[in-house]
Amino acid sequence: MAKDTPPEPLGATIIDVRDLSRRFGSVEAVRGVTFGVSEGEVFGFLGPNGAGKTTTINMLCTLLRPTAGSASVNDFDVVRRRSDVRRSIGLVFQQPTLDETLSAEQNLRFHAYAYGVPAELRERRIDELLSLVELGDRRRDRVRTFSGGMKRRLEIARGLLHRPRVLFLDEPTLGLDPQTRRRIWEYLAELRAREGLTVFMTTHYMDEAEQCDRIAVIDHGTIAALDTPAALKRAIGGDLITIATGDAAAAASEVRERYRLSPIVTDGAVSFQVPRGEAFLPDFVRTFSLPLDAIGLRHPTLDDVFLTLTGRQIRDDAGNGATSRAEGRQP
Amino acid sequence: MTELFRGAWVVAYRDLLTYLNDRFRMAASIAFPLLFLAIFGGGFSEVIGLMTGGLDILQFMYPGIIAQAVLTTSLFSGVSVVADRESGFLREILVAPISRTGIVVGKVIGTASVALIQVLILLLVAPIVSVPLDAGIVLLLVPVVAVLSVALSGVGILIASFAPSQQGFQLAMQMLVFPMIFLAGVFFPVDRVPVWMEVLSKVNPVTYGVDAVRQVFLGPLPAGAGLGVTVLGHTMTLAQEVALVAVLGTALVAAAAWAFGRQE
Repeated sequence: MAKDTPPEPLGATIIDVRDLSRRFGSVEAVRGVTFGVSEGEVFGFLGPNGAGKTTTINMLCTLLRPTAGSASVNDFDVVRRRSDVRRSIGLVFQQPTLDETLSAEQNLRFHAYAYGVPAELRERRIDELLSLVELGDRRRDRVRTFSGGMKRRLEIARGLLHRPRVLFLDEPTLGLDPQTRRRIWEYLAELRAREGLTVFMTTHYMDEAEQCDRIAVIDHGTIAALDTPAALKRAIGGDLITIATGDAAAAASEVRERYRLSPIVTDGAVSFQVPRGEAFLPDFVRTFSLPLDAIGLRHPTLDDVFLTLTGRQIRDDAGNGATSRAEGRQP
Repeated sequence: MTELFRGAWVVAYRDLLTYLNDRFRMAASIAFPLLFLAIFGGGFSEVIGLMTGGLDILQFMYPGIIAQAVLTTSLFSGVSVVADRESGFLREILVAPISRTGIVVGKVIGTASVALIQVLILLLVAPIVSVPLDAGIVLLLVPVVAVLSVALSGVGILIASFAPSQQGFQLAMQMLVFPMIFLAGVFFPVDRVPVWMEVLSKVNPVTYGVDAVRQVFLGPLPAGAGLGVTVLGHTMTLAQEVALVAVLGTALVAAAAWAFGRQE
C-alpha cells in the first residue's frame, strides 16, 4: 500500500517528517517514519500501545531528540528551532499536566504568561475558551475538585490559549466516558471550523480514528498504511453482504455463477464481498431468482483494516482494550 | 534572553501563588520554627544557657530559628520539582517556550520570596523574646536571608533533579537538614566539641549563614565563648560571611541549572 510513497497532503504542509527514528538503548521505538500533514487537516496516528505513537509526538513537540531523520512543524525544525516550534503548537498529553492546587483560571493564566500571550488579549481569550469548554462557572475552583472529563477539557482550552497552528492530542479521550468523548469531538470540530486549526492526534480507539481526515496506521515503529479512513477500508476488500434464503446451497451457486463472486456458506447463510455494497444491492435484489428472507450489509471497519495490515487485532493491555472495542461499535 | 526572564518570572509567580493558596502550609511553616523556639529556648534554657557566653538564651536562639526557617523552606523547595514531575505539571513547564535555566532561576527566586515572607512574619515575635528590632536590622536582614535562601534552594533543586520520588527526596533532605542545623550552631554553640566536628562545622556553609543572621541582630559577636565563627584564627565579619555564601550559592544554582537542564 502506501508504505513507500505516502500520499502527499493537499494543502500547505504544516508538519513534515522524513525518516524520523528514535532509539532507546537497543530498542528502536520509531523506525524511519515519513509523512506530511497539511494545514487544517485532522491527522491521526492509529496503533496499539507501544507502537511508537507517543515517541513520535514527543519528537514533534521537541520533548525528545530524534536519533535519525528530521521533522519540521510550521516550517521550524524540531531540533534547531525548538522555541519556535513550541510557540506554534498546543499540547494535550495522555496524562494530566495541570497544577491541581491552582484554580482553572490560574492554570490558564500561568500558561498565558509562559507563552507570552499579550496582556490585552489574555483575559478575553481565557473567558472565550472557558466558555467554549463549558467551564466558565467553575473558573475559580481548584482543579483538584474537577472530574477527569473537566480536566481534559481544561487542558484542551489551555492548549489553545496561545493560538497554536497545530494542536497535538495524545490519546485525548483515554479513560473518558462516551458522552464526554463525544463532547470533546464537538469542540474540536467547532475549533477547526472557526480557526482552521490543524490537529495531530494519536489514538487506539477506532471511532476516534474515523473522525480523522487521514490516518497513519503505525505498528512496531513503522507506518503500515496512510490514507483516508474510507480509502483504507476500501483497500482491504469490499463490503460484506450476507443473505438468508430457503436453500443456501442453491443461493451460493447462483451467486457464484451469475454474479461471479466467491460466496461462503456459514450456518445456512451465504456471505460474499463486493466493492460497493449500496450500489450492488438494488440490482441484486431485482435480479436474484430465489426468494430472499433477509439481507445484511456490513462495511469494513478500521478494526478489519488493522487486522489485515498487521495480522493482529488492535489491543490495549488489560482493561482498556475491552472498553475501546466495546465503544468502537457505537461512534 | 526573554525566554530566561519569562521563565524565571512565571515559575516564581506560580511558586508564590501556590504558597499563598495553601493556608495550611503557611501556618505550618510559621508554627514549626516557633515550636523549636519554645522547646529549645524554654525547655532547655538551663542547659544551653551555660554555653551562650552570658547571652540571653532567647536572644541567642531567635536568630538561629530565623536561619533554620530559611534553611528548611529553601532546601525543601526542591520537593515541588519532584511533585511537579509526579503530577505531570513539569511537562507543561518543560514544553513551554522558556529556558531551562530560567525555570531554575525562577524556582530560586520564588523560594527566596517565600522564605522572606516567612521571616517577615517571624519578625513579629521579636519583641516578645526581647530581641532588639529596628528598620536598620530589617533592611540588612532581607539581603542576608535572600543570599542564604538562594544558596540552599540551589542544593534543594540539585538533589531534586536526581530524586526519583518525593519520598526519596524527603529522606535525603532529612539526612542533610539535621546535621546541617546542629553543626551550624542553630540551637547551641558548636564549642568544646571534638576536632572532627569542629572541622565539619567550619565547612558547613550554613554555619556562615546562621552566624550572619545572628550578627545582623546582635552585632559583631565576640570570638571565643562559643560565639562568632573563627576560621584559622580569623573571626569572620558579616560581609565576609555573606560574600562566602553568595559565591557558594552561585556555584550551587549553576549546578542545579545544569542538573535540571539535563533531563529530557
